[in-house]
Amino acid sequence: MYRALADAIRDAEAQGKTLSQVALETESADQARPISEIRDALRRALIVMRGAVEQGVVGDLKSASGLVGGDAAKLMASSNGPLSNTLFRDVLARALAVQEVNAAMGVIVAAPTAGGAGVLPAVLTGIATARGIGEDALVSALATAGLIGAVVAERASLSGAEGGCQAETGAAAGMAAGAATEMLGGTPSQVGHAVALAQQATLGLICDPLGGLVELPCVFRNATGAAIAMAAIEMALAGVTFAIPADEVIDVMGEIGREMDVRYRETAGGGLAATPTGRRLARARLVQIKRSDA
Amino acid sequence: MVSLLDIIGPVMVGPSSSHTAGACRIGLLARGLVGGTFDRAHIELHGSFARTGEGHGTDKAIIGGLLGFRPDDDRLRTALDIAEKEGLTFSFEKTTISDDAHPNTVRITLDRAHRHHSLIGESIGAGRIRITEIDGYPTEINGSHHTIVLVAEDITGSIARIATLLADDGVNIATLRLSRQQRGGDAFMVIEVDEAPGEQVRDDLRKLPWVRWTHRLDKVSA
Repeated sequence: MYRALADAIRDAEAQGKTLSQVALETESADQARPISEIRDALRRALIVMRGAVEQGVVGDLKSASGLVGGDAAKLMASSNGPLSNTLFRDVLARALAVQEVNAAMGVIVAAPTAGGAGVLPAVLTGIATARGIGEDALVSALATAGLIGAVVAERASLSGAEGGCQAETGAAAGMAAGAATEMLGGTPSQVGHAVALAQQATLGLICDPLGGLVELPCVFRNATGAAIAMAAIEMALAGVTFAIPADEVIDVMGEIGREMDVRYRETAGGGLAATPTGRRLARARLVQIKRSDA
Repeated sequence: MVSLLDIIGPVMVGPSSSHTAGACRIGLLARGLVGGTFDRAHIELHGSFARTGEGHGTDKAIIGGLLGFRPDDDRLRTALDIAEKEGLTFSFEKTTISDDAHPNTVRITLDRAHRHHSLIGESIGAGRIRITEIDGYPTEINGSHHTIVLVAEDITGSIARIATLLADDGVNIATLRLSRQQRGGDAFMVIEVDEAPGEQVRDDLRKLPWVRWTHRLDKVSA
């Protein structure tokens, strides 16, 4: 797979192709598998993503601790907010939904990780439903998202334990922003700007889950990560550009991750996890897990 | 090489790709060291695995993998109970494997009948894994191929013999890495192959008098 988004953008533009096409062709060559087989695997991922969204918005799920769950349904039912009954609100609710399923040990697609698994399905299926976009275009969008994620994996990291939340929901926001920009007709270069715009907004974001569990704030970070992706898509498709290329923004994300104190890398040693309330809730939570195991 | 399907995947039981799915894959791969389900397992958790593993089901995922469950198998949730019911012995220890070890590192030591082997594995993000040591030999295996691991006396022509044997059994080599601790010492070979090698291959390798032991490690990721 590509190690630089700039190379993929250059190839796509030179050949008059989309980034999803060059991503699928490269994957096919790398893995010696026909493109149809790769698309089928992505289609299966899409089915699981849709299933998790549907399961989560119903709102009857609780994580073992009861710390998270039911908020996706709350958002869908509310008409109080400035975004109520908009696509944007649906996207936020879908992101919460998938993460609530994940926290309840349900089946999800780690894209790129389980902790950031809500962003991509929320943005892609939310937009596709509102705009009547079909399955083939969604499968292509997943290929583009995979390309972007692969570049992040090569240049920086996709692990909260290595790079903080910027490497999980941040990377997910970059992937979703780029993929949806292409799905909505953006050029390869606009995809690059969308990735940079999303990823710059999450630089420095720490991974500080209570008790080290993928629950709080992870569930909510997926919703706000999806919001950042939506902002980046809106700007990129309007022709807004970001002067620092996506690859360099990703490099900086990796650098910040390497410099980040271990307390802020999925160890529950700092951030929200180390607040008085965070510590108290985590203690109660772990007692509960032990009890439910017994 | 990163695959699109590593990034858009795996399909898995939550809640953590590194602490649940990656941990399960390390267990699945380790299973090959003893050729099946362990009688006794000792699992040493390092770093974030030690600090937050319980709440992420890392313990359940590793045992589940050792039992042969894949990351999307919802039996992972009850893997510890299943192992206990089957009368298997297992223990966990929180430890520091080394100061520069990856934050999500585990050492798994397994006994099955007369066999006793160990490996060190890292869960490096997005469910991807890296095995860095087998029985004290440094290595690098990512589980994206079927892999044959063997230790042999360092004799002239050993690689040619093994390559011929694999070719005769219809197995195509993707990569081959050889290391040894000293000249004339044991040679450690990691051979990644395209198709799952059959029992025949292992039996043929074991017939070579200078091969001390060999294992077949299953492909565990895309």
